[in-house]
Amino acid sequence: MRVAPVLAEGFPDISGMSVARRVHWGRWLAAAAIVVILAAIGRAFVNGQIEWSYVSRFLTAKVILEGIVNTMVMAILAMVLGIALGVVAAIMRLSPNPVLRSVAAGYTWLFRGTPLILQLLLWFNLALVFPTIGIPGLWSARAVDVMTPFLSALLGLGINQGAYTSEVMRAGMLSVDIGQYEAAQAIGMGRLRALRRIILPQAMRVVIPPLGNEFIGMVKATSLASVIQYPEVLHNAENIYYANSRVIELLIVAGFWYLLVVSVLTPLQMLLERRFARGSSQMAR
Amino acid sequence: MTHPLVAIRSVSKNFGEFQALNGVSLDVRAGEVLCLIGASGSGKTTLLRCINQLTSVDSGGIWLNGELLGLREQGGRLHRLTAGQIAQQRLKTGMVFQRFNLFPHKTALENITEGPVQVQGRKRDDARAEAIELLRRVGLAAKADAYPSQLSGGQQQRVAIARALAMKPMLMLFDEPTSALDPELVGEVLSVMKELARSGMTMMVVTHELGFAREVADTVVYMDQGAIVESGPAAEVLGRPREVRTQSFLSAVI
Repeated sequence: MRVAPVLAEGFPDISGMSVARRVHWGRWLAAAAIVVILAAIGRAFVNGQIEWSYVSRFLTAKVILEGIVNTMVMAILAMVLGIALGVVAAIMRLSPNPVLRSVAAGYTWLFRGTPLILQLLLWFNLALVFPTIGIPGLWSARAVDVMTPFLSALLGLGINQGAYTSEVMRAGMLSVDIGQYEAAQAIGMGRLRALRRIILPQAMRVVIPPLGNEFIGMVKATSLASVIQYPEVLHNAENIYYANSRVIELLIVAGFWYLLVVSVLTPLQMLLERRFARGSSQMAR
Repeated sequence: MTHPLVAIRSVSKNFGEFQALNGVSLDVRAGEVLCLIGASGSGKTTLLRCINQLTSVDSGGIWLNGELLGLREQGGRLHRLTAGQIAQQRLKTGMVFQRFNLFPHKTALENITEGPVQVQGRKRDDARAEAIELLRRVGLAAKADAYPSQLSGGQQQRVAIARALAMKPMLMLFDEPTSALDPELVGEVLSVMKELARSGMTMMVVTHELGFAREVADTVVYMDQGAIVESGPAAEVLGRPREVRTQSFLSAVI
């Protein structure tokens, strides 16, 4: 049978013609303009008063490397504490028990309502309020010995993070269809088991992108712990430039490491998303 | 005469101003298949949910196998059971939902073994073997490792029936099990339910499938505005309804 070349009587025959590629002049022009601007900025920095030799020398200095390790250790530990507190607070917030609900709401209100740097300073200076802390009759210690920069930073960052994470987790749990909870009840599950086995695994799929966001925020928020002498990368960079006055060079060094860490975290998040997309028709892309 | 498996006495339930159930009394004998019909909002789904305690009753009582549901009598007063005790009572009933409600992050097999393993503490291998047998019974032996998103609506609902059966309930509750299905998938679910009825399972089915009710049900109950209007053998209620409201409902549906 002959494939009809004529689409309709009276119209030109367009079968067999190829569609021409469109040239996006505007895009080429914009890209060229951006390259020129970036080159100009780059040139300005190269010719500016920056001693690049200092940047390369301190980029892998022992103190800086220790600093970025401390940054990562603190970010991970504080995030783990934050997620643990956030999950518990979110479950309490959605509980039928009004006491638990109020406690969780109060926690979120208090720690979201005050600046993080203020909370860090409060934890670090706890000794001013309570010279000795402990459990009466069991254990006690001087607060200045207990509230090291490490512990103060961990408590300050983790507890603050928990207040934010609780809202992320709550949103995730609310995103799971009520029918899932009813189906879990119908096979005899109690509230906590239903949450653990059925609701939270499904909520994870929704909360990983915002939690990834929160973790990236946490990596950078650890820099605030420099004010309470925690030796993270910015604190160590500051200590060096107090000595050699190479302020911008060392800030560039610290900035490089933050960027590198955050760049590595993004693909890790995608892997995690794929893991929790199990059974979902809308696979993580 | 032996006592009924389900005894519902003067049950009322309000949702705010709306009276969902208004003094409903009903008996279901062991082995009986009872179909609840009626317009939406007539209270039939609420009644089913009260038996499974997904909804609590405001007044009246429901006894399952002689045991009062959700409440216990002590010193002349009624006390609500704890969540754990209610969960125990729920094990005696299996529930099949209109929207299937399979767990999307678990395979068909895992959906079925979840309750027996996690709640009843049965051995994983035993639960698996039984789940495979149940999947075979609903005609889905080949789909054990499929996730719900990979199954059609009819297949999902059949897995949901197997999931409920895995708990070895003495009563199966079906809440419009075919209403969310494409027309060509209704038959496969109904045939599984027919097989279940023939095996002697006590069933309460909220349905709009009057053909199914006529063929399978021992008793048909017509509800309107939270109350039972008419109940009796399927052939009588569906064939020669006595009440005017039943007649007009049936003529509107058919």
